[in-house]
Amino acid sequence: MILMNDVYKTYPNGVTALNGVNVDIKQGEFVYVVGPSGAGKSTFIKLIYREVKPSKGSILINEMNMSELKEKKVPLLRRDIGVIFQDFKLLPKLTVYENIAFALEVIEESPKKIRNRVMEVLDLVGLKNKARFIPDELSGGEQQRVSIARAIVNNPKIVIADEPTGNLDPDTSWGIMKTFEEINARGTTILMATHSKEIVNTIKKRVIAIEDGLIVRDEHRGEYGYEV
Amino acid sequence: MKFRTVMRHFREGLKNIGRNGWMTVASVGAVTTTLILVGAFLALMLNLNQMADNIEQDVEITTLIDLTLNEEEITNLGNEIEELNGVETVSFSSKDDELAKLIESMGDEGRSWELFEQDNPLNHVYVVKTTDPEDTIDVADQISEMDGVQEVNYGKGVVERLFTFNKYARNIGLALIIGLVFTAIFLISNTIKITIMARSREIGIMKLVGATNGFIRWPFFIEGLMLGILGSIIPIGVILTGYYYLANNVSDRISYSFVEVLPFNPFAWQLSLIILGIGAFIGIWGSVMSVRKFLKV
Repeated sequence: MILMNDVYKTYPNGVTALNGVNVDIKQGEFVYVVGPSGAGKSTFIKLIYREVKPSKGSILINEMNMSELKEKKVPLLRRDIGVIFQDFKLLPKLTVYENIAFALEVIEESPKKIRNRVMEVLDLVGLKNKARFIPDELSGGEQQRVSIARAIVNNPKIVIADEPTGNLDPDTSWGIMKTFEEINARGTTILMATHSKEIVNTIKKRVIAIEDGLIVRDEHRGEYGYEV
Repeated sequence: MKFRTVMRHFREGLKNIGRNGWMTVASVGAVTTTLILVGAFLALMLNLNQMADNIEQDVEITTLIDLTLNEEEITNLGNEIEELNGVETVSFSSKDDELAKLIESMGDEGRSWELFEQDNPLNHVYVVKTTDPEDTIDVADQISEMDGVQEVNYGKGVVERLFTFNKYARNIGLALIIGLVFTAIFLISNTIKITIMARSREIGIMKLVGATNGFIRWPFFIEGLMLGILGSIIPIGVILTGYYYLANNVSDRISYSFVEVLPFNPFAWQLSLIILGIGAFIGIWGSVMSVRKFLKV
């Protein structure tokens, strides 16, 4: 599903974010990516949905080779990956409903299916009554949930979340985690970068720790391993 | 692309006009201002061009026929002139007609010429018009060398200068119009570019969610088209009203034969269509070209 072989990433400004990463994540796995800030977690994640390209090494996502993937095919890759961004990346002028529907419009779903599916995920993230709001009218936590709804609305094979619970109160965080477990149970691969020791140590899953651009730990049912 | 996706792009494009509020107003404002200028200038240039044409069309060659020629020889001469390259019409005007015209043109003073009606000293005349007014000089030279031609008049000296002047005037006018249209394109597409730049983040997000470039571009295409059309409304209104007033007043007040503005119908309508076309084109062009920059995510 996600296979990285000796991957390096150096940005044009000379900063090296990844220093030879090897990883194999299978379909249906739930993986936490942990590590200090600036360790390379975000770059690791961005490589998967091709926001950045590797400087060296090979990456296979859903059997697609990232180094051979043509620009035209990038949208197809991204439709199979739901991304929950740290800064939400919601379209500011669209309503909550329209933001989520957008992910289905790009794959040309029928209006009926779009309507049903959007209402379904809105219900799941508990925002059914805020469908007509625009992102600015929502709290940080609510925007985060819209971002989650958009990421899962088209049943992607992989869901990637960069600090999805960072802005949420504990109750909502656990609610979101429950949602992730549910979609994971249906076979969706989940990759979640997080700083939450409590979550990692409570809901035990595979833990990949990145430090200075290298994977320093990769454990099944691992621990957070850092002091908060 | 499925039909419902086409409809979706239309809907989105139209919605964006409203969503972008002041940005839309700024773009439409830029289109409106420049199109009023372009429209007014086009109207002026096309009318001046028409006047120049009118003057040139009035240029004719008066061929004075030798008094010694008999009727048959006169007819032959006429045929000979007609066969020249570039000649459009040859019309015969007898010396009596010429005298009548002369008397009429001189008004009260012309009465003294009536004495000559018994013994008309004027020549029979062939009035020659060329298909292309610029050939006048050439044709006149050829006619003057024919037997039986006493004299050829076409306003030598004046006509040459007139043609040169018109040629320069037309070229300068054309250059000014092209320059103005390019300035308009530049101004408008820059304004649109600024409004789209503000949305570069949105374009990036759309790409990250899996939208293809085409999917992102189409609503912008529609939006640009609408901006162009909205921006043409006021210029078209101004031109129709302004030209209506002009066409109805100027022609009546100025009575030189060549000062004749192009008729309101169809000219003002044609001009409106051109303005609408330029507006739509610039709107689409500005919008699509600007989006292109931000599609590389």
